[in-house]
Amino acid sequence: MAAAHNGLVLESVRRLGSVTLFLLRLLGQCLPALGRPRLVVHQIYNSGARSLIIIMLSGLFVGMVLGLQGYDLLQRFGSVEALGTAAALGLLKELGPVITALLFAGRAGTALTSEIGLMRATDQLTAMEIMAVDPLRYVAAPRFLGGVIAMPLLAAIFSVVGLFGAQLIGVQLMGVDKGVFWSQMQGSVELHNVIEGVVKSLVFGTACSLIAVHEGYNAAPTAEGVALATTRTVVASSVMTLLLDYVLTAAFL
Amino acid sequence: MRANRTIEIGTGLFVLLGFAALLFLTTQLPASGLRFGEPKVGYHVSAEFDNIGDLKVGAPVTMAGVRVGDVAGIRFDSKEYKAVVDLRFDPAYRQIPEDSFASIQTQGLLGGKYIGISPGGQDSYLKQGSRIDQTQSAIVLESLINKFFANYSSKAGSDSESQGTDTQSKAESKK
Repeated sequence: MAAAHNGLVLESVRRLGSVTLFLLRLLGQCLPALGRPRLVVHQIYNSGARSLIIIMLSGLFVGMVLGLQGYDLLQRFGSVEALGTAAALGLLKELGPVITALLFAGRAGTALTSEIGLMRATDQLTAMEIMAVDPLRYVAAPRFLGGVIAMPLLAAIFSVVGLFGAQLIGVQLMGVDKGVFWSQMQGSVELHNVIEGVVKSLVFGTACSLIAVHEGYNAAPTAEGVALATTRTVVASSVMTLLLDYVLTAAFL
Repeated sequence: MRANRTIEIGTGLFVLLGFAALLFLTTQLPASGLRFGEPKVGYHVSAEFDNIGDLKVGAPVTMAGVRVGDVAGIRFDSKEYKAVVDLRFDPAYRQIPEDSFASIQTQGLLGGKYIGISPGGQDSYLKQGSRIDQTQSAIVLESLINKFFANYSSKAGSDSESQGTDTQSKAESKK
């Protein structure tokens, strides 16, 4: 019992160390990878552009729900004018970065892990090493960078679409005054709120991409190993996103 | 080669869209940002107030509770030390008497400020560039509370005085 417990702790510590070392090696390869922009562009397309539909659709509905719930709550206090402020701050600071990161983990993170894991399982990474081509530079680093670059852009698109969703419900359906909706929002949102959202999504992008690439790179070279690694990517990315979100929120307040 | 081109165009569009969204968030949301609003139609009327409270650009202008326009601009007149509010009326509401009365009111208990117009009796109507002379400033809650307490304490003081005289007169009558 105690031995199993020890093993679990040791395994967790080993995994943490492995991720940290991997991050350092990856960061060392980022500048050289930027020297091959075509590879990075390809990964921005894969992780970013192809996640666009799911991000915009989710953003629209999250914004609409925010409009409905916010209206229902605020009208009890007779202050539906604050709906714009509530929706904007909620989307910018929390919902935009967090939901984008969760969707990214499910949509792009799994694809990264299984792709790299299959490369490992079919010995493509080993073949690269034999040819003196560093797989970290040509496979891992571009995918990592692609995710880090795509995440803030996706989160910004999510927030904007969400705002229009909230406006659609609040103004068109519930009859909040349009001028009040926007002027109250503009009166209370400040530039540092926007920057907070961007910093959050940059951190989430780094964490989610790192976990996805690391899990794929170190997956057991079997079908089962790739499946396990993909599952771990989703679980670890989601938990990490929410944990980091708390830490960042506390730091920004 | 062809597939590569599609990928590059797709990425370009995505990055463009992302930066457009960031630009929107940084410029359109904060009050300090730039505005690229479309010019709105309607006629503009100015009104001077001693105190506008937290009235903001874009706040509604209403008559009998119905929105007839909005606040297009707010500036400070450094000669008269007053706030000059630029009101934009929708072109549909052309027949508002020139001697109408403009007051700053509050939506709900804690809501934002808006401008209420009560119609006057004159036959001539407000038009582009005219001025509303009769205005009432925003009611500032703190000053209202101060006034209430000042009233209350002076009233309480006079009450106890009159009570004192009452008991005195009673005592006198007993004698």
